[in-house]
Amino acid sequence: MIWSLIAVALVGLSAVAVATFPRSVLIFLLFQGSLLFVYKARIPERLRWALMAISLLVLMPTIGYFNSYYLEVATQVGIFVALALGLNIVVGLAGLLDLGYVAFFAVGAYSWAILGSPHANVIFGGDMFPLAGWWFYIFLFVGLATAATTGILLGLPVLRLHGDYLAIVTLGFGEVIRVLANNLDKPINLTNGPKGITPIMRPPTPFGLPYGEYFYFLALLIVVAVVIVNRRLEDSHIGRAWEAIREDELAARAMGVSLVRMKLMAFACGASFAGVMGVLFSAKQVFINPESFTFLESIGVLAMVILGGMGSIPGAIVGATVVTVLNLQVLKGFSLWLNELKNAGVTIFGYSLADLPTQFEPAKYERMVFGIILVLMMIFRPQGIFPARRRQRELAH
Amino acid sequence: MDVELLIGIFPQVLLDGITLGFMYALIALGYTMVYGVLEFINFAHSEIFIFGAFVGVEILLGLKSIGLLDGLPWPLVLLLVLVAGMASSGLLAVTVERIAYRPLRGAPRLIPLISAIGISFFLQDLIRLVESLWRNAFNLVYPTMDVLNLRFDITENIDVSVKSLVVISGALLMLLALHLIVNRTKVGTAIRAVAEDQAAASLMGIDVNRIISLTFLIGGAMGGAAGVLFGVQYSLINPYSGFIPGLKAFTAAVLGGIGNIPGAMVGGLVLGLLEAFAAAYLSLLTGGAFGAEYKDILAFSMLILILIFRPKGLLGEVVRERA
Repeated sequence: MIWSLIAVALVGLSAVAVATFPRSVLIFLLFQGSLLFVYKARIPERLRWALMAISLLVLMPTIGYFNSYYLEVATQVGIFVALALGLNIVVGLAGLLDLGYVAFFAVGAYSWAILGSPHANVIFGGDMFPLAGWWFYIFLFVGLATAATTGILLGLPVLRLHGDYLAIVTLGFGEVIRVLANNLDKPINLTNGPKGITPIMRPPTPFGLPYGEYFYFLALLIVVAVVIVNRRLEDSHIGRAWEAIREDELAARAMGVSLVRMKLMAFACGASFAGVMGVLFSAKQVFINPESFTFLESIGVLAMVILGGMGSIPGAIVGATVVTVLNLQVLKGFSLWLNELKNAGVTIFGYSLADLPTQFEPAKYERMVFGIILVLMMIFRPQGIFPARRRQRELAH
Repeated sequence: MDVELLIGIFPQVLLDGITLGFMYALIALGYTMVYGVLEFINFAHSEIFIFGAFVGVEILLGLKSIGLLDGLPWPLVLLLVLVAGMASSGLLAVTVERIAYRPLRGAPRLIPLISAIGISFFLQDLIRLVESLWRNAFNLVYPTMDVLNLRFDITENIDVSVKSLVVISGALLMLLALHLIVNRTKVGTAIRAVAEDQAAASLMGIDVNRIISLTFLIGGAMGGAAGVLFGVQYSLINPYSGFIPGLKAFTAAVLGGIGNIPGAMVGGLVLGLLEAFAAAYLSLLTGGAFGAEYKDILAFSMLILILIFRPKGLLGEVVRERA
């Protein structure tokens, strides 16, 4: 009972606080923290879901109405949650370390970017393109299918590889996709090279929703779908087969698990989530270029999965949220705060902050954040913040 | 197609390829030695390599600012920079092993690899942080030393720069020294013993941890030397420029058979030549449809193909495979 009261109070108070101080990053973090509290607290299931639904469906869009930047952050979090859940299948459940995961995201993004923009006319001639906005909904599935096919195509040749060799090959594959995206502006101009593709069509929105809210709700919808699919997969014979492969390939094969089919399925499933989100991403951004699909992004998603706990669905969600918020808000917030201090002429221990070199931009250190997360987690808590249930049970023995 | 042009540039391309190849070979040694001993891909080696380049540039810029760069004889300066780069990269490699790899030695294989990726990213930004605070710039240029830019004409359209000669001879010396250490000294025997069987080696009275540290020291030092030579050859460095050469060098190590020291050399040379020829000829042969950028794709495809079809590499060191 007491926990229920605390949970309700926390959500309510933090929402009011955000409404009162719409510009404070710390208070927005408090709001996000209250959601996590609701998720973990010992309260009746109904209350939990009601609070989550109110926060995500009502409070968040309301906050976004006053400060659209927060809605943008929430949408980004949604995109990365789906990516982390997809990678979680490949890395966490099936135990195949994929270092080129963002390639699938790129495949999805480019599939809509090319056909949903006038750029396709350059390839096919005529003036048929861009496709009308409603095609976007069909392309959510086209992106899914294309990414899944790419996943299988990548999976086929690397089936025989294990562990770190597999990791390096997927890394190479990710780089190949990026180099291709960068250079396929000739002989046929498919991707328009480093200049990228723009303008990409956006779908017509229902009820005249503004695009900020629209993409937020769409991302949320996709995330919910992905979570449901993930949970069903995890407890199905497929999920169990994946985990069997992760633990011991030989034993899994002896038990009649088809390694080829299951590994390909893991690649395809993981890739398909990234493909869907890629389509959404390209429509949301209106402009994409190969810069959005670098090795850095792959490692970022990996850091999310590792932080939350490999193989754990809530872990992937929390990990994606924490890392995205850290990059988008904490680092940038610190940067802004430092600049304000600089401009105000603050001195610390006799050292004037205005003398700080201009190249020192705290917002640019996401690699350091990813690096520290990966190393610390591996050394101190390799099972992650929210370990997978099955793993927890294993460790209890 | 201009066949005469194709033939005309051939020796020049060959020379560039050899220079590049020796550079890859030097970096590849770090990967291959560590893999030989621990069966572990030291993903952070690309940053250990570029760290050497940064130490080198700092010393050269320091010498320049006190006006000694042109005062001292250039071979001495080069030697100083090389030794400093080797020492600092070697020590960095040992530190990294001590902090981020040793605690994970018994863990499942992917755990230390992920830790190594983390270290790699961390070091990139750490170098950036330090250089930003210290120089307010992290894209640094090696100060020019006039002697190094001299070029000799061999024939009318082939020339050799002193830089290339320095890189090639430096790399050859390092490789020779490494060969002697590993095959002719007691320490080298210990390294090979640990690579063969850690438990047995420790029963024979070898301090396994010390030997592993030493392996990282030697591999790191080779990387540091390569870093300095890289800076001398290509001038422009930034904290992220180690990554791609590192990946290529790993490819070279796999190509020659990972864990195999002569293999790293062969692999480096093959890859260097392949890349130089791809860079020079792809665009010419395809009428400009595929540019020099595709050399990266060529290298990575090569890595993928070798791993799939001949994981033992060209020289065929037998690698035990553990899941």
